[in-house]
Amino acid sequence: MRIAMLGFGSVGRGIAEAVSTKDLGLTITALADSRSAVIDADGIDIRDVLQRKRETGLCGDPAITADDVIGSGVYDVLVEVTPTNADSGEPALGYITRALASGKHVVTSNKGPIALRYDALMQQAASSNVQLRYEATVCGAIPLIQALEMGLAGNTINGLHGVFNGTCNYILTRMTDEGLSYSQALLEARELGYAEADPTYDVKGIDAAIKLVILANSIWGLNVSLKDVDITGIDSLTTDALALAEELDCTIRLIGEIIPEKRVLKVSPRILSKDHPLVVRDTLNAVTVETDMAGEVTLIGRGAGSRETASAIISDILFIRDCYVERT
Amino acid sequence: MKLEMKDKPGQLIAALKPISDVGGNIMAIIHQRDPAAAPGDTVDVQIMLEIPETKLESLVGTLKTQGVNVVRIGEERLLIRRSVILIGHIMHTDLTDTVDRIDSSGLAEVAELGMVMPAINEPSSAKITLKSASLGEMGRAIDLLRNVATEKDLLVIEPLEGYP
Repeated sequence: MRIAMLGFGSVGRGIAEAVSTKDLGLTITALADSRSAVIDADGIDIRDVLQRKRETGLCGDPAITADDVIGSGVYDVLVEVTPTNADSGEPALGYITRALASGKHVVTSNKGPIALRYDALMQQAASSNVQLRYEATVCGAIPLIQALEMGLAGNTINGLHGVFNGTCNYILTRMTDEGLSYSQALLEARELGYAEADPTYDVKGIDAAIKLVILANSIWGLNVSLKDVDITGIDSLTTDALALAEELDCTIRLIGEIIPEKRVLKVSPRILSKDHPLVVRDTLNAVTVETDMAGEVTLIGRGAGSRETASAIISDILFIRDCYVERT
Repeated sequence: MKLEMKDKPGQLIAALKPISDVGGNIMAIIHQRDPAAAPGDTVDVQIMLEIPETKLESLVGTLKTQGVNVVRIGEERLLIRRSVILIGHIMHTDLTDTVDRIDSSGLAEVAELGMVMPAINEPSSAKITLKSASLGEMGRAIDLLRNVATEKDLLVIEPLEGYP
């Protein structure tokens, strides 16, 4: 099956690497980064493109654009992995809209468009008779959306709570283990590449809140936005507070929580017993889903990273291939 | 309350049904059956329950007619405990007032307070354990504490439901 990819940062390269080294039956026929693009209906030579990107900073010809890729028609699924813009969702929102309008399936890792326009995008996909899948937007490699849609099909989902931000989880783990101050732990996270130069999105709980918005809208159709989430970050936590939690045989984690019945939509640092399944270490993510038949189901895994996000994207692509493309 | 009843099938249900009939809430049942007991012996059962005070007398009467003897009725105990952590200028925003507002609410009592104060002007951290008679009252007491904390610009870290 042929895929076109927009975005050639660490996630895009992770996908390209998996497609070129694993026998997945996928061919990349078009590819764009922010300043150039390459289109080849017979399949792009990934090693060539990776080398060109390393040497020139461009993946292809500056005269070709992302819109040319979308309009090229030489693909079955558009993979949209450009950087997230949580305010407008652009340019990704426009890319996704145009691909859906031209009757193409879309797979994205981009939280912006899904958090901002879930309903409209899904309606558009349905009216074009194509799929829009977004597993990679929440909890990286953890197949959460798939588990909710397929694995737990038929269950009533009563609520969920979890650790949705690996950066915060790393900082809290280090503050607990080594007694580091918040700013020391943040500095360490930055040095290891776990935190951005501007860590605001992560440490203030905004990244976790965006994921809750996606889940609230996609699982329950709550039609909420970021301003509806009650958000408290970890940036005013003290090492003393973690030590006090320790006295209770507990620790503190940044927990995102949705309980539709009680109208709870909240990100906040919470006290948890140390043996609670959501007390995961370092950059791991974990989510507990509360259901009527299956009871509580907890998924734990890597929430970020190039290969991990590629895993979620590829799973969505193969799902579309197996369930939609090869059946038609 | 502690009950004494005949060790025969159906006796326990005979004791529990009147409790729910008067709108009582059974919180725990401790039923230790002596394996050496002979048929016809009596067994002791302890039941922890919530019931409106006005219904207590009629409940005891109903139990007696069922052949269940009320050995002892215990006093009300604050069974539910919840610990929260506060971060901020806890002393300078009148800690006594914070504790008083909880205690005087009648919803819960502050049972324990542990506090760590770093350098002056640095935010301090405190662990507060509340005791309450019911989950409902505990929930309202924590709501109250949350409001007081917002007013005093303190961060409240609450347990994830059910913990600790």
